[in-house]
Amino acid sequence: MQPDISVKHLNKIYEDGFQALKNVSLEIYPGEIFALLGPNGAGKTTLISIICGIVNKGDGEVTAAGYDIVRQYRKAREAIGLVPQELNTDSFETVWDAVSFSRGLFGKPPKPAHIEKVLKDLSLWDKRNNRIMSLSGGMKRRVMIAKALSHEPRILFLDEPTAGVDVELRRDMWEMVRKLRENGTTIILTTHYIEEAEEMADRIGVIRQGEIILVEDKDRLMSKLGKKELRLQLQHKMDKLPGELTLEPIELSEDGYELIYTFDSQQQQAGVARLLRTLGELDIEYRDLRTRESSLEEIFVGLVHE
Amino acid sequence: MNLYGVKAIYKFEMARMKRTVMQSVLSPVISTCLYFVVFGSAIGSRMGDIDNISYGAYIIPGLMMLSLLMQSISNASFGIYMPKFSGTIYEVLSAPVSYLEIVLGYVGAATTKAVILGLIILATARFFVDYSILHPFWMLSFLVLTAVTFSLFGFIIGIWADGFEKLQIVPMMIVTPLVFLGGTFYSIDMLPEVWQTISLFNPVVYLISGFRWAFYGVSDVHVGISVGMTLIFLTMCMTAVWWIFKTGYRLRS
Repeated sequence: MQPDISVKHLNKIYEDGFQALKNVSLEIYPGEIFALLGPNGAGKTTLISIICGIVNKGDGEVTAAGYDIVRQYRKAREAIGLVPQELNTDSFETVWDAVSFSRGLFGKPPKPAHIEKVLKDLSLWDKRNNRIMSLSGGMKRRVMIAKALSHEPRILFLDEPTAGVDVELRRDMWEMVRKLRENGTTIILTTHYIEEAEEMADRIGVIRQGEIILVEDKDRLMSKLGKKELRLQLQHKMDKLPGELTLEPIELSEDGYELIYTFDSQQQQAGVARLLRTLGELDIEYRDLRTRESSLEEIFVGLVHE
Repeated sequence: MNLYGVKAIYKFEMARMKRTVMQSVLSPVISTCLYFVVFGSAIGSRMGDIDNISYGAYIIPGLMMLSLLMQSISNASFGIYMPKFSGTIYEVLSAPVSYLEIVLGYVGAATTKAVILGLIILATARFFVDYSILHPFWMLSFLVLTAVTFSLFGFIIGIWADGFEKLQIVPMMIVTPLVFLGGTFYSIDMLPEVWQTISLFNPVVYLISGFRWAFYGVSDVHVGISVGMTLIFLTMCMTAVWWIFKTGYRLRS
């Protein structure tokens, strides 16, 4: 399958000498939700800005929808919609005019029915005649998304789309993103909310200091790098771990009432069964037990701090 | 060519004119009317004719040129500076529009606004002084050519400026003095010889002279030189804009 976004050996050095991207290669396929994660200053926005044409490309090749972003920039950009990180909107325009302006700018003839649909999908229809300056931050964010969708792009970049928005709006946006994907739109998402990537992404890319350090299917990533934890609440306080348990990766909580057993999520449950058997043999009683999988956030933190 | 893109930018800019009609139209018209009242009617009535033209009528081309230059620069510079300032420039940079189309949109709108204003001032002048236009085609041609040239100049200023002060500094500190010293209120023949020579280094002299020729058939320099100088400045501005987009100067990092 031909990728919707293809980046090969891309470098970017700014005028002040700062190298924002180092030999980045990446492919994103039609209809997937790809989450690009990385700490502040890792190069996420630079990468997106280059693909969208806002920042000049350094060495390397970049195509969008199969078109070179420099030589065939018109075709490439027609296919892309961008919701930038900052709330950059015109203040004095009405919502309708601002969204219609974006559609025209991207070379599409007027199509009021589509603008109406986008505004309705984003709960902006009632505000269509309001000036943008009169809208709340969350509504302005919706306007940014409406502008990006106005020309019916097949690739949508969402750069920190839910930064600073309330929980309800965030859920609405997730729902909207899922619907877009169902309609075949490729979505590239950068976010600080790892929960967002965990909830929505098909694949995850991690960028650190301008280098892509990992690109992996989300589920595979979680099972490969994730940890599981079993916590047993003891009936009676334990002063120290019995010798039989010291061979296992097991810890005793400070208050002596909890045993914490950590194991790889890929590992079979044999370790848990053995532990429970050993506890039985040692007459150690427990009143409750619970397991927990490590979140993508923990995996991410582990990766970027390696 | 992305005509929808050009139209979108053009319409957006023209809509700004409608929103700010007091500032964009009324304010320069009132200022120019005051010049006509003070210099044309009050002082002008006590002054002799210049080249057989009443003083009030003589200053019309210069005053129109003053407004035309200021408004062309201000409209175009503000038009491109505001998206840079507010951050909305990302949308233009990421859109499938060529450099030429961006310039057509912004400079086309600034030119239209300046020409409309120039014509309003011309119509308003009729209330204060009597005048005739000997070469209407050339008058309109000078009007449009000057508006295009200085809108391009304003576009360059808007890209260069990184603050509102810089946006104002060129029109206020350079263009206004050049217009006032460029023969708006007098013929450069009235100056001592040395100042006549110095005046010839002022590009605005050629614009006003050519424009006045279109009105009354009299000029300080030959009309061909006026057209030539305007075209040279236009070419310089177009080259600068081409370089800006080629390098991404203050637009793309």
